[in-house]
Amino acid sequence: MSMFRIFDVAGSAVSAQSQRLNVVASNLANADTVAGPDGSAYKARQVVFQTTLLGTTGHREATAGVRVSTISEDNTPGRRVHDPKHPSADADGYVTYSNVNAVEEMVNMMSASRSYQNNIEVMSTARSLLLKTLQIGQN
Amino acid sequence: MIPRLTNALEFQSQALVLRAERQRVIAGNIANADTPGFKARDFDFATALRNATAGSVGNNSAGGPGAGLGTGIARDVMTPGGRSQPALNYAQPQQTQLDNNTVDMDRERGAFVDNAVKFEATLRFINGSVRTLQEAMKSANQS
Repeated sequence: MSMFRIFDVAGSAVSAQSQRLNVVASNLANADTVAGPDGSAYKARQVVFQTTLLGTTGHREATAGVRVSTISEDNTPGRRVHDPKHPSADADGYVTYSNVNAVEEMVNMMSASRSYQNNIEVMSTARSLLLKTLQIGQN
Repeated sequence: MIPRLTNALEFQSQALVLRAERQRVIAGNIANADTPGFKARDFDFATALRNATAGSVGNNSAGGPGAGLGTGIARDVMTPGGRSQPALNYAQPQQTQLDNNTVDMDRERGAFVDNAVKFEATLRFINGSVRTLQEAMKSANQS
């Protein structure tokens, strides 16, 4: 029954979106961290989605799930603030903060949460349709 | 006699299978709404249903009562689950996106709800046919 595949497809998307939310949360939590002793500050991370074909029979491309293929790091240089009194300041008196852009992350978070909701909606619709299919000829 | 009873049910079950298939395709599109480079897929339901029922009993029941009695019943019996696969097409994007993703979320949501409602409608048609058959058998027994 091909409709059971919907749960796999939507489930893969829900899991991928929640991983994206996880990365956003980690980015936001580290938005104000400064460079550690090694001199490199936290780098913002982004998930990269990839289509994965879940079907085993029939049209394989019809059951297109999604998975997180890689988590890429943003390599733009972090914010540098002149603050000689800061314990993490370098020789020139500059403190390097992480390169997280809070506004970008908030937009990312909203997009992830909307996509999450969409896929939950897909699952609950598929569930109610399947339950009604089970009741064929019973009334 | 038996094909005559099941003609309508056969046609509706083909429609139900195709509706489930389309629901799955649209679920895949919605799941990949944020995947770079993903191309939205869909199929034309009317063409797919015409192809699926071509030459089988279902098509004859749609053609009119009594048309081609008893033909083609063996085909579905011989090939359980061997229903024809609909040809998938690519959606034309309304607006192009930078990441080459062609999923239009509004369109997909609309198609998803539309398909879900029509799936339920098909279920009701089947339930109606079953109830009609049951009523027919009941009254014969009671008289």
